[in-house]
Amino acid sequence: MVERNLFAGFGGQGVLLMGQLLAQAGMMEGKNTTWVPSYGPEMRGGTANCSVTLSDEEIDSPLVTVPTALVAMNRPSLEKFEKIVAPGGSIFVNSSIVDIKVQRTDVKAYYVPCNEIAAQLGNDKVSNMIMLGAYLGQSKCVEIETILEALLEKLGEKKAKLIPLNREALLKGAECVE
Amino acid sequence: MSTVIKKTPVLRDVHLHYCPGCGHGIVHRMVSEVIEELGIQGKCAGVAPVGCAVFAYNYFEIDMYEAAHGRAPAVATGFKRVHPDHYIFTYQGDGDLASIGTAEIVHAAHRGEKITTIFINNAIYGMTGGQMAPTTLVGQKTTTSPLGRDKDHCGEPIRMAEMLSTINGSAFIARTALNTTPNLIKTKAAIKKAFETQMAGKGFSMVEILSPCPTNWGKAPAESMEWIGEAMIPYYPLGTFKEV
Amino acid sequence: MAKKLMKGCEAIAEAAIQAGCRYFFGYPITPQNDIPEYMSLRLPQVGGCFLQAESELAAINMVYGAGGAGARVMTSSSSPGISLKQEGISTIAAAEIPCVVVNMMRGGPGLGNIQASQGDYFQAVKGGGHGDYHAIVYAPASIQETVDMMQKAFDKADEYRTPVIILADGLIGQMMEPVELKEAKDLQLPEKPWAATGYTPGGKKPRSVLNSLYIETEDLDELVDRLFERYAVIEKNEKMVECYNTEGAEYILCAYGTVARICKAAIRILGEQGIKCGLVRPITLWPFPSEAVHEALAQESVKEALTVEVSAGQLVEDIRLAANGIKPVQFMGKAGSRIPSAEEIAERILEMKRG
Repeated sequence: MVERNLFAGFGGQGVLLMGQLLAQAGMMEGKNTTWVPSYGPEMRGGTANCSVTLSDEEIDSPLVTVPTALVAMNRPSLEKFEKIVAPGGSIFVNSSIVDIKVQRTDVKAYYVPCNEIAAQLGNDKVSNMIMLGAYLGQSKCVEIETILEALLEKLGEKKAKLIPLNREALLKGAECVE
Repeated sequence: MSTVIKKTPVLRDVHLHYCPGCGHGIVHRMVSEVIEELGIQGKCAGVAPVGCAVFAYNYFEIDMYEAAHGRAPAVATGFKRVHPDHYIFTYQGDGDLASIGTAEIVHAAHRGEKITTIFINNAIYGMTGGQMAPTTLVGQKTTTSPLGRDKDHCGEPIRMAEMLSTINGSAFIARTALNTTPNLIKTKAAIKKAFETQMAGKGFSMVEILSPCPTNWGKAPAESMEWIGEAMIPYYPLGTFKEV
Repeated sequence: MAKKLMKGCEAIAEAAIQAGCRYFFGYPITPQNDIPEYMSLRLPQVGGCFLQAESELAAINMVYGAGGAGARVMTSSSSPGISLKQEGISTIAAAEIPCVVVNMMRGGPGLGNIQASQGDYFQAVKGGGHGDYHAIVYAPASIQETVDMMQKAFDKADEYRTPVIILADGLIGQMMEPVELKEAKDLQLPEKPWAATGYTPGGKKPRSVLNSLYIETEDLDELVDRLFERYAVIEKNEKMVECYNTEGAEYILCAYGTVARICKAAIRILGEQGIKCGLVRPITLWPFPSEAVHEALAQESVKEALTVEVSAGQLVEDIRLAANGIKPVQFMGKAGSRIPSAEEIAERILEMKRG
């Protein structure tokens, strides 16, 4: 098993966190993982993306140049990275704000209205978790519960009350790709 | 026969390389005597500069560092942070401290680094052959200001004691001179006060000492001492600029 | 200890603390600020001292002061800042003071950019500062390797009384990987009778003179001879290299740091096409594992070698010296932080095969 993922979006959309949680959860499930960030010129508000690799084997290049999955949280990310996705790979599009469709026919496209679902859940901030849920629902590379464990470690016990909301977001996201 | 005077054991029994009439030997002895009198020989280290005092590591009977040009206060900082219960002094000339090492001395003072600096101001670069220093007086001839220092071209001499005394982290700043017996007595007292300031953990301490350089000034030793009084002191007033 | 997902910079800092480093002097520069930031919080917790210096020059001289006082001490910076430290590194090498310097390389020359680069190979390996000296240079390819190297770096610095440089590209600093930190149990630091710890005449410890000035020709000769005798021992004992898939390979890739991992991905891609390609990865850049490079290239099966680096061509000179003409050594790389992809490297090998 090897998953080479590229998560991309605007700074502030929680793109880097999404990748970190996946890398952390992968590690907790005994896999080799790498997480490599790439920032735009500005730390906030610019484009942000990260490469996350999960593998049962030792990971060679930590840079994802031919992703098996692309998560595009905004339109520039889809436009920029659609062409490099591996044939047979997956593209997850945040259809709430991306108003174009995937052009390629040799990849699987999933449209997830992250912001709308987040609004339904009453918290705009979980749109990244909805997308992560969708990615997990399709790739099944780690358990949703492990992601929540990773999140709890990141948040600390004081913010444990946020876990149910995030669980709901992950599950809603996963439902989108079923 | 009773002993009237004895050489301090903190000054090593070696031949000093300084020119006849140079002030370094006098100050070396004063620093050594102060270390002896304060009883801190076994807990004191020194940092030699680049400049005429470059071989000072051979002269003090304590642990010594030799620092690159201007960096002595940074080296002393490293030592002091590792051994906060020990004492350390830097021994620096005007090129080392007031030119290439201004950042290091200003920030050592700014951090209130608990070190002592002995600053020899002889208004010239000695070791490299008599070039202009930042402390060279206006009109003073040096090998790189052959017609005399022109203030419109390269500014007026820098007054380090006054400058460092404005910094919050400095705890004791004084300027003394070696030109008369009373001034020699005051110089040693100031050096002692500077070390005591460090021992009390009050902050950064420095004594700027106006010192003769007969060789590069082109003056006889006695004439050099007179020049300190006539030319240097009017521009570099003596006194304690800060004491907390 | 359980594995922990850590950013390279933070892992370096924590590993240094586990290795007994208690003093850090540095000046902020991107992309390595996570190291001083981490140290500023952690060192006081373990009874150490973090100090933000007024400049890189001051920082490296504080390292000199603290190392000379017998402490395990380090500094970190990135390319332009490392240039400023060279005066101090040369001084520290001559004064025979142990210390560890981390260079999280960014693009150059000049201010360059802040992306990952490998443009400081010459500076680290061929001197950097003035005069005849060397520093041991380690080039890690993963965060776990970096962590393991920190312990080794401090040990070797003490053993040989020399500066040790960790030459990492910005990628190592910013990426995250699971690491296992080794718990430091009863860390025994070596005795340092030469250190400035206070001297009493007639006492056990000799007077310390920590110095890089030897004005008499004979004295300077004696110092440099002593250093080079030590360097000969280092060259004999401390070379580290990884040879991956080299046996019977048709092509040999040569690379260090994270670029070597991208080369492994290229080897995988080429393998899928039935082309056998291997990798020689120097782990110590000085001492340089010339014999391993030569041996890999000397195999009858090997047609050509390709050196890959994120620079305009620096490592390639040492690879060619090691090859000594036995096989052609091609170069692939670009300055300005353009990291080649595995696919590009594989394509280049295919081009070489087509002739």
